[in-house]
Formats: sequence, C-alpha cells, structure tokens
Amino acid sequence: MSTETSTWATKKGLAQMLKGGVIMDVVTAEHARIAEDAGACAVMALERVPADIRAAGGVARMSDPALIEEIMHAVTVPVMAKARIGHFVEAQILEALGVDYIDESEVLTPADEAFHIDKHQFKVPFVCGCRDLGEALRRIAEGAAMIRTKGEAGTGNIVEAVRHIRAVQSGIRALAAKREDELFTAAKDLQAPYELVAEVARTGKLPVVNFVAGGISTPADAALAMQLGAEGVFVGSGIFKSDDPARMARAIVQATTHYDDPRILAEVSKGLGAPMRGLELATIAEADRLAVRGW
Amino acid sequence: MTAMKIGVLAMQGAFAEHIQVLREIGIEGVPIRLPRDLAGISGLILPGGESTTMRKLVDRWALREPIEHLIEQGTPVLGTCAGMILLSRRIVDGDEPVFPVLDIDIKRNAFGRQLDSFETDLVVPLLGDRPMHAVFIRAPVVERAGPAVEVLARLEGGRIVAVRQRNVLATAFHPELAGETRFHSLLATMAADHDEPGEGSGPARRPAPSTASGSPDGNRRAASS
Repeated sequence: MSTETSTWATKKGLAQMLKGGVIMDVVTAEHARIAEDAGACAVMALERVPADIRAAGGVARMSDPALIEEIMHAVTVPVMAKARIGHFVEAQILEALGVDYIDESEVLTPADEAFHIDKHQFKVPFVCGCRDLGEALRRIAEGAAMIRTKGEAGTGNIVEAVRHIRAVQSGIRALAAKREDELFTAAKDLQAPYELVAEVARTGKLPVVNFVAGGISTPADAALAMQLGAEGVFVGSGIFKSDDPARMARAIVQATTHYDDPRILAEVSKGLGAPMRGLELATIAEADRLAVRGW
Repeated sequence: MTAMKIGVLAMQGAFAEHIQVLREIGIEGVPIRLPRDLAGISGLILPGGESTTMRKLVDRWALREPIEHLIEQGTPVLGTCAGMILLSRRIVDGDEPVFPVLDIDIKRNAFGRQLDSFETDLVVPLLGDRPMHAVFIRAPVVERAGPAVEVLARLEGGRIVAVRQRNVLATAFHPELAGETRFHSLLATMAADHDEPGEGSGPARRPAPSTASGSPDGNRRAASS
C-alpha cells in the first residue's frame, strides 16, 4: 500500500498509546505544564473545568482557539479539546487547529438533540462518552475511535462513573455469553449495529480503547475505575480543584499504573491534602445532570 | 526454552498489545511495574506510549538502574516508538536520555501531530522479503545513527525507522498494532541465544503457569487488553 494518513488504525492507535495513563483537564498553559510534569499522558484543553461549568450555568461552548493553541505549544504530550455534541463546525475548527483528539462532550451544552457528529468525515480522531454498551457502540458506529464512560462530570463523586463502567463491562460479558443466533435481537435491544455487536460478542471487548471519566478525584478512585475494567482515566476537576494539584496529579498517575497493588496505593495516597469537595448526586436536579445528554 | 519469559515495561502505553503478540508466538509476556518483576526474564520490550510519562514512572519506581544493567549485561531488548526514544543516547529536542544504549539521535514527533500519523509498507531486509506493514503514530525518527548501529529499515526518502545495535532493537513504528510478529520472533531468538536469565533468577525461573489461566488478575488483564 502507499502511505496513508488518518486511517482507522492511526486514530484508534493513538488511544492505544494513551492506555494505562491519565488524561487531565487543563485551563491554562501553566496547568498543562503541571499536568505533563506530573506524568499525564495527554491533556484536555478547555476554558473551565466541569465543576466551574456546572457552577457558571449558561451555555458551555468550545474553548477559545487561542487558548487551545497556547496549550498545544506548552506541552509535547497529545492535546485534546471538546466540541459540543452535534456541533460539527466546532469540530472542523478544532481539526484546523491540529488538536490530537476531539472530545464530542456532554460537558458542553449540546448543539443538536437528534444527531451526533458524523465522525467518519474527519481526519482527527474522536473520543465520545457513553453510559452503557449500546451507547458506546452507537458512538463507535459514528466513527468514535475511543470511548470514555461519562460518569457525572464536575461532581468529584465517583458513583456514576462506577455505574457506567460496570454497565459497559457487564454488557460485554452478557454478549459474550450469547449464542450467535441471539445476537440479532441483542443488536436490536442495544440499538447498535449488528456487526459491532457480533464483534464484541466474539472478542469479549470493545473494538476501541475505553477510559473512565466523570468524578475521579483521588488515587483510589482511579484505581477503582481501572480494577473495574477501565484502560485509563480522565480526571477533570479532580486535580485542579484539589488542595495541591501537582501532588494529587502525580499520585493519580502512580495509582493508575499500580492500580492492583494496594500497598502502593496506600503509599501514594498519603498526605495529599483535601481532594475536591464534591457533590452528592441526590442534590443535583435531573435537569442539571450532564450524563443524560447524548443518545 | 519453552518457559521463556519476556518482560514488557508496563508503566503506561500499549503494553497489553505486546503481551498479546508474544502470546501468539508462544511466549509468556510479563508486565514490568517494579524492579522485582525483572527476575527471570530473558528479554525486555519497551512499548509505545508517552515517553514523557514513562520516563517519570521509570524513575519513580526505581527501574532505571536495573533495566540499564540488564541491557548492559546483554539481555535483548526491543523498543517501539516511545520505547525507541527511551533507548536513545541523544534526544534532539533536549530531553535527557533514559537508557542511553543506542548510539542514535532521535527526534520526537518527527512527522508532526496526530493528523500526520500514517500507515505504510516497509521492507526490513533482515526479516525477509515480505514487506512489513508499519503504523506510525506521532512517531519519532532517527536523525543520526552511529557507526556501530545497523540500520534495519528506512522510509522512502531515506529516513531511518528501525535499527539494531548489539542486543538492542528499536522501531519508530508499531509492529504490535499491525499483526506483525517478526520483530518479536527476532527478539525471542536473540533472547534464546543470550541464554542468561535476568537478575534474581532461581525460584522465579521455574516453569510458571501461563498468565491467562494463572490468576483472576491475569484473566482480568487479558480481558481488558
């Protein structure tokens, strides 16, 4: 074959290189340097972390391209940025900037309540959120080259993240246990393409890398996500809303590598200062929940 | 040599993919997270991932010295992409080297950002006439190779993307993402020839049960790879 850029293998492959790592939300070039120095495998460039987006209310949009470029110049690790669900022009702009990954994210206010972005039309790879296996496979069918379970962003509360990664993993196990002739109905029930459903049933895993996001705020949270089957974690507000961000960032990186070694987890969890304060889910009205955005 | 084990540095990155390729050629891959994990390995793989992340974790978990020692003792090692960067004596953008065992100058992200990542076919004469499918992701390139370095592959246009120097093999691309087993088989052959296990041999050298069926943890890792 001749040389080809932006193939499925290169899109999905970058996510494979991020595995076992921590992708951190950063709002300034200074934050980005702190994150990289702590061992982040990539950064998510945005104007406000989800906790502040939640507090500010109003419409949350793509960040200022000047800020994204400043962050791209500040670090050598890959830089991701968020576009609104369905806002394919924001995605075009992010692609023109040359970001390494676009997050079509429910943390921003959706631009389209019926259609997600047709991600096959882009050269830059996309990561999308999901709450269960069907949603993950619908996003992959649209061209997502990486999946993250949504959790509930900006809460510092891991409970929704746990619910979503468990839903994806148990969905995969359920498919793997089915007879081939049961997969057609499974595809109908999951509202996902039969070919992807059959692939998951055969391989016992998603066809793309799966990270956990939304509520991770301690090393133990990161390790919990990993032990439940995450291949890496996104940490949004959890780092720069904690007492000592550089220290918390380093500790979460260590915990993600050594997620199954409780003695190391104990060691890296010592003396980190206060994590972000966090929100009890019951106090968040249904209308203020971010994870329900997207379909 | 049926019980040969090859370590795969498991700080961050695509280590599970390498363990899978090793399994395909009948070799047990052992994730390396702490110095004690190096006991009993006959070869080592430094995978792709983020080299800035891996270098920090290698130091944090005191793996730099024991790994450098193993390589100096002649243990065969294969580095892919970020792994190639970790093995280079000089990194062009100024970062300090990690295991300075390959006499090359390496340039990180030499092709640009993710939008410039690509796939192509290469000929690696050492590994036969059949072209090798190669996936380059934010890949580095070798800008200078010293006299002791054997160049194994070049892109059209001449840029060096695979090298060997004594017991050290390195590629700028990802054989593990392309269903390609020849570099891993070469590493295994070199490891068999080297015939000296890693430090702390002894109990850990006894034939170990395969990770796939050994423990619940082994199963979990295999399932998530």
